[in-house]
Amino acid sequence: MKNKRHPGLFAIPYVLWIAFFVILPILLIVWYSFTNTNQHLTLQNYHTFFANGTFLRMSLNSFWYAFLITLATLLISYPAAYFLTKLKKQQFWLLLIILPTWINLLLKAYAFIGILGRQGLVNQFLQLFGLGPVNMLFTNFGFLLVATYIEIPFMILPIYNAIVAIDPALIQASEDLGASKWQTFRFVLWPLSRAGVESGIQAIFIPSLSLFMLTRLIGGNRVITLGTAIEEYFMTTMNWNMGATIGVILIVMMILVMLLTGNKPAHGRRMHHE
Amino acid sequence: MNKHTWLGKIYLWLVLILLYLPIGYLIFYSFSSGRNMNHFKQFTWLHYQTLFQDNRLLAIFLQTILLALLSGLIATAIGTTGAVMIDRLQQKRQQKVFLALNNVLMVSPDVIIGASFLIFFTALGIQLNFGSVLISHVAFSIPIVVLMVLPKLKEMDHTLVDAASDLGASPRQIFSRILIPAMMPGIAAGFFMALTYSLDDFAVTFFVTGNGFTTLSVEIYSRARQGIDLEINALSTIIFLFVLVLVFIYYLLTTRRFKKNGKIGGVIK
Repeated sequence: MKNKRHPGLFAIPYVLWIAFFVILPILLIVWYSFTNTNQHLTLQNYHTFFANGTFLRMSLNSFWYAFLITLATLLISYPAAYFLTKLKKQQFWLLLIILPTWINLLLKAYAFIGILGRQGLVNQFLQLFGLGPVNMLFTNFGFLLVATYIEIPFMILPIYNAIVAIDPALIQASEDLGASKWQTFRFVLWPLSRAGVESGIQAIFIPSLSLFMLTRLIGGNRVITLGTAIEEYFMTTMNWNMGATIGVILIVMMILVMLLTGNKPAHGRRMHHE
Repeated sequence: MNKHTWLGKIYLWLVLILLYLPIGYLIFYSFSSGRNMNHFKQFTWLHYQTLFQDNRLLAIFLQTILLALLSGLIATAIGTTGAVMIDRLQQKRQQKVFLALNNVLMVSPDVIIGASFLIFFTALGIQLNFGSVLISHVAFSIPIVVLMVLPKLKEMDHTLVDAASDLGASPRQIFSRILIPAMMPGIAAGFFMALTYSLDDFAVTFFVTGNGFTTLSVEIYSRARQGIDLEINALSTIIFLFVLVLVFIYYLLTTRRFKKNGKIGGVIK
């Protein structure tokens, strides 16, 4: 059939989109990272990045925070996803878990300004036990807490999808053959649900490197992640070339993470939210 | 086994309470006559009155919805044709290349998308206003539409197309009578996802918007940076109700499919 072989004119907008909004922006950001403000080719930006301890420390920090957020999210979400598969009305429970993700991220972050404040909910609760007010707002801990909160549903969903696809007979067989609960988890459940864990990690680790509004609102306005640094250079310092350089480094890190966790695009998460 | 599920239920309830706590907290204090979110003073509708008299915020609310609908429609149209094109490619390798390119914006962090689009608009001399925001929202919503529509084309029985063309149908008739109906569930899910992407976006808009145009997310961000303002709490209540209605409609619309394959179409990301 003729029009089966020839994609045809109708797809022109889509192809243009790929050219102008997928390929061109990448080329532009790479080009900016290799030029200075006078548009002369230079390696100066990369030199600044790698010669200056602050940038390297910030990248390490950013990586470390993303790691902690991902780990905390995984520890909370895995049991939740597992227990979900044991319930009767699973779809309804899932809907309840997804629903908060549809509330604007900024509103949730804003709520934590109240919750974590010196006289907020958490400190009122601590005072019941005679514990003095703890400063949580505008600290790195506050940032980690809120980021973990935000990411939990995005970890539960892929893990749930992976566990629900496991044939229950395999778990039963493992138990019948005398495996302990831990052995069943370690050798049956975990390996079979690993794909879900990996896509969850992918959906959380990369955005965590770049969450800038949370560090601004909750983390106390300091530049502690790569995302904040990029925002700072683009919107405040107006040194786009340096900002583009940090962007390219973030892209490289992102590709590394994707190679490590397998190349399945995490459905539906352009972090959006961030 | 029974005790096991019981413990699991308690754990899940705790997770749910945690997830809803901040939202409940916001809504609770939207009725307080105080000025902060620490102590509930007296019940009042005051903040709702302020909200409904705040023409600027209401205009931003409407703009945000208009932007979502418009960008969703355009992205759905372009994404659907993209899916048809990818499906028609004969070589598996070509399909893979296009899919990889398609997914670039799905996995890119928002800051990168925002920063690179800002460079792009500046390089082309495009003004930063509603137009640049609309173009950006269309751009980052297209890939999810493609990913939602493509499986429907793969599931479709392609002999139908051959049969139709043997029976003399024009390419146009094939498109509107066979392809569109087959793709419809995917198109609907894609449109819905595009809506949520647009409504949810903060970072990209933050980068590519100028002085003349702002969305709810950007507005909330700049207000929240100035501290607590219970008008925002009142706004959260309205948005929560709005989302509840949307979810309910979506739930009703997908219930049939949902029973069949046991999954909530596009909702499960």
